Amino acid sequence: MARLTALKALVQRFSFLLLLMTSVALMMLGRMDPQLVEHTRARVMDAFVPIQDAISRPAATAARLIETFVDIAEVYKENKQLRQENARLLQWKQAALRLDAENASLRSLLRYRPEPKSTFISARVIAAPGGPFLRDIVVTAGRREGVHRGQAAVAGAGMVGRVVEVGEWSSRVLLITDINARVPVVLDGSRQRAVLAGDNSDQPRLIYLPPDAPVTIGDRVVTSGDGGLFPAGLPVGVVSFIGDHMVKIQPMVDMGRLEHVQLINFGLPGGLAGEAERLTSLK
Amino acid sequence: MNTSIWQRLDQVGRSLAPAAVTTMLVLLSMVPLQLPGWDKLVPSMALMSVYYWSIHRPDLLPPSAAFTIGLLQDMLAGTPPGLTALVLVTCHLVVETQRAFFLANGFLILWLGFAFIAVGAVLLQGMIYTVLYQTLIPMQSPLVQAAVTVSVFPVFASLFISVHRAFLKEV
Repeated sequence: MARLTALKALVQRFSFLLLLMTSVALMMLGRMDPQLVEHTRARVMDAFVPIQDAISRPAATAARLIETFVDIAEVYKENKQLRQENARLLQWKQAALRLDAENASLRSLLRYRPEPKSTFISARVIAAPGGPFLRDIVVTAGRREGVHRGQAAVAGAGMVGRVVEVGEWSSRVLLITDINARVPVVLDGSRQRAVLAGDNSDQPRLIYLPPDAPVTIGDRVVTSGDGGLFPAGLPVGVVSFIGDHMVKIQPMVDMGRLEHVQLINFGLPGGLAGEAERLTSLK
Repeated sequence: MNTSIWQRLDQVGRSLAPAAVTTMLVLLSMVPLQLPGWDKLVPSMALMSVYYWSIHRPDLLPPSAAFTIGLLQDMLAGTPPGLTALVLVTCHLVVETQRAFFLANGFLILWLGFAFIAVGAVLLQGMIYTVLYQTLIPMQSPLVQAAVTVSVFPVFASLFISVHRAFLKEV
């Protein structure tokens, strides 16, 4: 009997070791064969979509309810602000219409070939599963809706991330604030190119920016379209902090409050994105 | 024959409670609540659950269950596969060696023990990410998240205790 319990304890001790080793092996497998992991993940994600969809609905409703009360309290102040903003925007609208007409006539002079029309896929955010080490969201649109890996995700005023995994009816979007996210961008005023790099904080950094580049707080940052990963000109954020060797960007969109996103299909992916796609299909 | 098939089924159902609660918490912790900062500060509910059950009912939440639940979380969250599994199994392992001590002492010790586990789990994850990504991971928000997790532990502990009392008295 004593021997039996000793054996049991031994097995138990080894089961721990076995489980720990399996975890490490899985992590190594994830590095060696990311596609296999991605595939499996997409399956699991798809399977749990109905549950996550169902439990995210009451949460969204509750959040909206709280927001409604806050809105009611601030409605007068906001109305005043909006009137002022509206007056200013009407002026801008005139300017935009004038520029649009001018642009069209100049394009006709140059025989400019416009970029292929982008289409949008709208999806609901059903999970923000990353925790403190990862910034990602799961949305309810997948291969069936025409989602592809690498598509840009936008919400409201700007870009929020990029599709990294596609399931049948769900996909995972890596937010631009994640430590692994890199977006080629351009500063709107100076046309200075740089790369936006997330660091898991709310404000990603600009890297590969020449030290003498003219940057001021409030400069708009938009996607440059370099590498063919994203369409050019998507607003990403504004410069919010300039320190020694460090420029930080405040994204246009509050990543913690995403409810719906739009995934952009901007025609055939060329450049690096196309290259990556071809490599994937070859494998 | 004094246990009928229904009683057996009932028993099996009850003994699944710890694993079921933990899985539910994994899913709940992923709900986007649209509250400012929630996405970063959401407490690691699975860790709390594994901690509680590996002290009170390790027979009903064995290391293999902790592993499976961790792997599920990794698959859903997009974290490297096996990472959360490793953290939860390690938590189970560490806690089980101190089980008698925790059972002999009161809630305050249980809470204090969890504080160590939560900070340890975050540091372990930070180390693994640093090795995997080969870059230093900012640890500020993970540590804040660990603090949030520790501070809400009593709330979740009371949930576990009520589940424990309601379902597992005779199992």
